[in-house]
Amino acid sequence: MNKTDALIIGAGPTGLFTAHQLKLIGLDCEIVDNLDKIGGQCIELYPDKPIYDIPAVPECTGEELTNNLISQLKPFNIKFHLSERVEEVKKEDTNWLVKTSSGNSFLTPNVIIAGGVGSFEPRKFAPKECEKYENKSLFYSVKDKNIFNGKIVSIFGGGDSALDWAIELSKNCKINLIHRRDEFRGAQATVDKMQELVKLGKINLFTKYQMANAQGDQKLESIDIKHDNNEIKNLKSDYVLGFFGLIMQLGPIANWGLNLNKKTIEVDTEKFETNQKGIYAVGDICNYPGKLKLILSGFHEGALAARACFKLARPNEKYRFEFTTTSSNLLKRLGKKE
Amino acid sequence: MFYILALFFFTPIYISMAKITYITHENEKHTIEVQNGLTVMEGAVQNDIPGIDADCGGGMACATCHVYVKEDWFNKLPKKEDGEDDMLDMAFEPKANSRLSCQIIVSDEIDGLEVNIPSKQA
Repeated sequence: MNKTDALIIGAGPTGLFTAHQLKLIGLDCEIVDNLDKIGGQCIELYPDKPIYDIPAVPECTGEELTNNLISQLKPFNIKFHLSERVEEVKKEDTNWLVKTSSGNSFLTPNVIIAGGVGSFEPRKFAPKECEKYENKSLFYSVKDKNIFNGKIVSIFGGGDSALDWAIELSKNCKINLIHRRDEFRGAQATVDKMQELVKLGKINLFTKYQMANAQGDQKLESIDIKHDNNEIKNLKSDYVLGFFGLIMQLGPIANWGLNLNKKTIEVDTEKFETNQKGIYAVGDICNYPGKLKLILSGFHEGALAARACFKLARPNEKYRFEFTTTSSNLLKRLGKKE
Repeated sequence: MFYILALFFFTPIYISMAKITYITHENEKHTIEVQNGLTVMEGAVQNDIPGIDADCGGGMACATCHVYVKEDWFNKLPKKEDGEDDMLDMAFEPKANSRLSCQIIVSDEIDGLEVNIPSKQA
């Protein structure tokens, strides 16, 4: 059981800056995120795309913004719990008991949801039959590549993950690579390498095809793929890999008794608190009149939610507003003063 | 002077709209007047048309505002920009006439456009 003053769900820019604000005013916090890395949408959706509307930062990429936020957290010791999804939030006296998918649990008076549009999950194949084989012979990521040795593997997708795995696995397996169009969005060098392997007969390439069906009793035996012109091909396959990127799903948040509006959580604009005392929502996931889905709005919301946390985490103390330029308290916390 | 002012006050403020028809997977037709300059995605979201999620808010980063555009309309729309097809690779059941509705800007030229919403966005 981890005890902390505040638990932040989501390690995107808003979650990171909220952590900064909590630590600055003297509260502890820990961060949970379903992704295996820090940065949220910035790192998952647009690491290389420039952002032009961060105040005082004329231009930076999603990755640069993330790295700057991480270095802003350097003076503080913050525990990150990555690749973990928060499953359950339950009231326990004046605290919230929070449980994650890896069995971690937290006891805290404050839960700050900085979850973007929810947690990232792999996008799946459309045909229903595919579910039956999921995590047995059909995967959306590779954990142990050795299970594929000597087998027939059908890989779907047109990005770097699909191409990289097609190239890597072609060393020891028979590979079918299937993509919905002729163009690939992976790096040119990777596309060239793949084309070379196609010429050498190491990879069988099928473009303008998509998954139509999967067959096999216990184990997957073959799949049907369908061309744009409706022609169907049957491919013997021991394993199937699908790489269609990630999608954001609200997931378990929907079950925590919060007032939801479509996929967003309603909050007040003083504390960014939800209808549940001690649960806040900041960043893209919160909703209030005038809400703008900008990173800068998330920073503001996090700063205010952090102050609200103080009251519940330190009921017998009074919060005093201070500036980092002048407060020796804050400068000590930032490691700038003995 | 008076006439000029009068002209100014009495000229009706005219906002151009275009009719867009959204057809859900259950074959329900919703015809909406959408203001020129908005996107087909915004027209759907602002009018609570079910089936268009638009998780990323129009940034061409999520492929959850995916629609099918009727053949005759598909060729009349401005061509896809770089990146739209990359996102469509990730959409649920993309077809040759797939578009991201956040990338279709409403104008007089597309008055009468019909789009079909897929069974799911993901």
